[in-house]
Amino acid sequence: MTTLHGEIPGAHGHEHHDGSYLERKGGMVSTIIDWATTIDHKKIGVMYLVAVLTMFFIGGVAAMLIRYELFEPVRIQATGDNVGQISGTALANLFGQKDISVAKADNIYNRVMTLHGAVMVFMFIVPGIPASLGNFLLPLMLGAKDVAFPRLNLASWYVYVFGSIFGILAIVMGGVDTGWTFYTPYSSSHADPGHWRVVFMILAAFILGFSSIFTGLNFIVTVHKLRAPGLGWFDLPLFVWAIYSTSIIQVLATPVIGITLLLLVFERLFHVGIFDPALGGDPVLFQHFFWFYSHPVVYVMILPGMGIISETIAVHSRKQIFGYKAIAFSSISIAAISFLVWGHHLFVSEGELVATIFSALTFLVAIPTAVKVFNWIGTLYKGSIQINTPMLYTLFFLFTFSIGGLTGLPLGALATDLHLHDSYFVVAHFHYVMMGGTVIAFLAGIHHWWPKIFGRMYNERWAMIACVLVFIGFNTTFFTQFFLGTRGMPRRYASYPDQYQLLHQISSIGAAILLIGFLLHLAVFIGSLFAGKKAPANPWGGLTFEWEADSPPTTHNFHHEPLATHGPYAFDDVVPPHCDPKDYPIADPLPAGSKRH
Amino acid sequence: MTTLDINHGPDGATGRPYHETYKPASHFRSKDEEFDAVKIGMWLFLATEVLLFAGLFVGYAIFRMMHPEAFRNGSHYLDWKWGCLNTIVLLFSSWTIATSIGNAQRNEQKKLRRNLLITVACALLFVGIKLTFEYMPKWSGWFIAFDPALSHYESDTSALGGLLHHVPGYGGKRPGSLFDYPFAENPYEPMWWSIYYCATGIHATHVLIGVGLISWLYIRARKLHFGPGHYTAVEVVGLYWHIVDLIWIFLFPLLYLIH
Repeated sequence: MTTLHGEIPGAHGHEHHDGSYLERKGGMVSTIIDWATTIDHKKIGVMYLVAVLTMFFIGGVAAMLIRYELFEPVRIQATGDNVGQISGTALANLFGQKDISVAKADNIYNRVMTLHGAVMVFMFIVPGIPASLGNFLLPLMLGAKDVAFPRLNLASWYVYVFGSIFGILAIVMGGVDTGWTFYTPYSSSHADPGHWRVVFMILAAFILGFSSIFTGLNFIVTVHKLRAPGLGWFDLPLFVWAIYSTSIIQVLATPVIGITLLLLVFERLFHVGIFDPALGGDPVLFQHFFWFYSHPVVYVMILPGMGIISETIAVHSRKQIFGYKAIAFSSISIAAISFLVWGHHLFVSEGELVATIFSALTFLVAIPTAVKVFNWIGTLYKGSIQINTPMLYTLFFLFTFSIGGLTGLPLGALATDLHLHDSYFVVAHFHYVMMGGTVIAFLAGIHHWWPKIFGRMYNERWAMIACVLVFIGFNTTFFTQFFLGTRGMPRRYASYPDQYQLLHQISSIGAAILLIGFLLHLAVFIGSLFAGKKAPANPWGGLTFEWEADSPPTTHNFHHEPLATHGPYAFDDVVPPHCDPKDYPIADPLPAGSKRH
Repeated sequence: MTTLDINHGPDGATGRPYHETYKPASHFRSKDEEFDAVKIGMWLFLATEVLLFAGLFVGYAIFRMMHPEAFRNGSHYLDWKWGCLNTIVLLFSSWTIATSIGNAQRNEQKKLRRNLLITVACALLFVGIKLTFEYMPKWSGWFIAFDPALSHYESDTSALGGLLHHVPGYGGKRPGSLFDYPFAENPYEPMWWSIYYCATGIHATHVLIGVGLISWLYIRARKLHFGPGHYTAVEVVGLYWHIVDLIWIFLFPLLYLIH
């Protein structure tokens, strides 16, 4: 995509000081005010990145506490005088509670587990990629100056922070033990003295939904109306297709969880009985409502990750993406099918016919997902593969995501699901898709666009070492859990019979390796911010519009309005912007102005 | 909200009103592009509204199937005449706001302001009728003195100098565990009231948000913000108001006209 040499009419009525968007405007206070009131999508993207990574840290601490507790089961050992001696309450001991009952130890575990789930799902992984990288990159990739509604974009960030504060408040007040799914009647019962904590946690999820809708709505309109001249739908980078599909799900699914959580708050406060069988209500209705949102939202979590992989795999293997339209349409079809499969979360509570239909529909999702994976592998074939951190993470993604996807099949099949449901097999599957998929793709994306966002290179060697640690730690933690699940270890328990202890301990050691890997990444990022080499505008030789902008981009993104003259992955035909033709030899250069995909 | 923006204020040099000198935000290429973008945005928002209420309608359908008797009994306590009057009020207000868009396009400033005011008045009337003649007596048994229904009942106490009259045994038709109506015929009647209050309450909240939005339009219309050159806000608030009306069109028969 080339830059037109000529001013866009009407765009620059007066002379702008067109410096980097990161440039400080005066002192500390005015810089903070500048960021807090900014409507620049890049700053909002960075603010989102900081916010979601903070939540990832909090959720991660909870995950480490879970693995710490599970290192040893809660045991009651008979002692000489016939009084049970409790051991294995590591978590309770950590919080300074010694000699407590098993029930109380379980209670602490349940709260930490709910904290991990709720924070990771609602505050990290749902907004994660779209709101941070999506916000930063979408207008750049479209050649636009901003998203369609910049003020709504800032509002979405504030709503996100406001919602998260409610969630943190619920945690600080003592935590919630309902699980992140808030199943009734557990979440609606009045017996729990922590009444308000549960209400706050539910309200947090409700408020966060608004932020999600604002972002999704904004992105859909942006893709429709703000594409640069010449940038047709099939010239869009695949990341944009993924974000677009994600946004459709966000806009259509989130209102359903909105009304569900609102009714749940009414249930909790006034006992309206809609989900309470004693008053004629139906707790299974809650599950249907909940999963009508929460299953499509699983694809809100993974689709942007798939978008990142489509970019990194093409750029770092320097090859035209294989099956562009297949990947683009598979994103849309995943979004469409995602609305038809929620019933597979209720296999055991619905009739045989319904369960069979939902099982069949669930298998349909595997088709577009496999289309993507095969196309990515096809892209690698005979590519000029550069092994760096984004590419390493991309290959890592292909490996772990495939395991996550394939282990979904026995859960979608009715006969095997009856055995595997609510076991650690589900936990392992879910983490292979969400962490082995989304988090890994997020890390690939952060490294891929880090030079663009912050204008600094990171230390490649140490980042790759961290990546390998994360790979080893991740697989050690979660691969063992497949075995735990098939052997019958149920999820969500603080204690377990002795025969599971070895696998649990391997899993916990894996979590420790994972933690070291993440801390190393953090160190690499901080090192890059303070002492990183200045990044060139196009360090990887990418062809999409964002690589035409400076690193970091100027406040108005581009010096001149970009014009699309070639496809986003036409590596065979054009020298990437800001790159030396000697480094990127073209066999058969196209005459200027002609277009080839 | 944009009125303080110098670029967007009345043009001091020529005295031309805002809608004639309006320029789109700088990331849009033209006014038309901005108008289209805002309109797509509003339609997407309306889709979320439909899905929000879809949850309530699904709940309604399921519980009506599970407890048809309770719904029939409960519905008998609603007066279709109030529901019908409110339907007319809302339909009329939809007409006035639709007309106000045309007024802005034809630069009929006086008619624009009048139509917006009538719309706000209708919205307030809707909520007023709902609160005074429906929610209050059913919840507490207190009737306002000029409620025609009062002639059917004996009141035992009055308050506020005869403005309010209490009918013993009438109130207590509340949702869920707050239900306290002594003559309930079906054990699941509290469920009916839960659905009734949740659906109409969330709808009434949307009406009140509409009051805020249309008042904001009126204030801007007085400053000559809308005209043939710029009427985006009138158009999209109009769209919002139509969906609020449309949802009531569904709620009215489902709640009031069950036999």
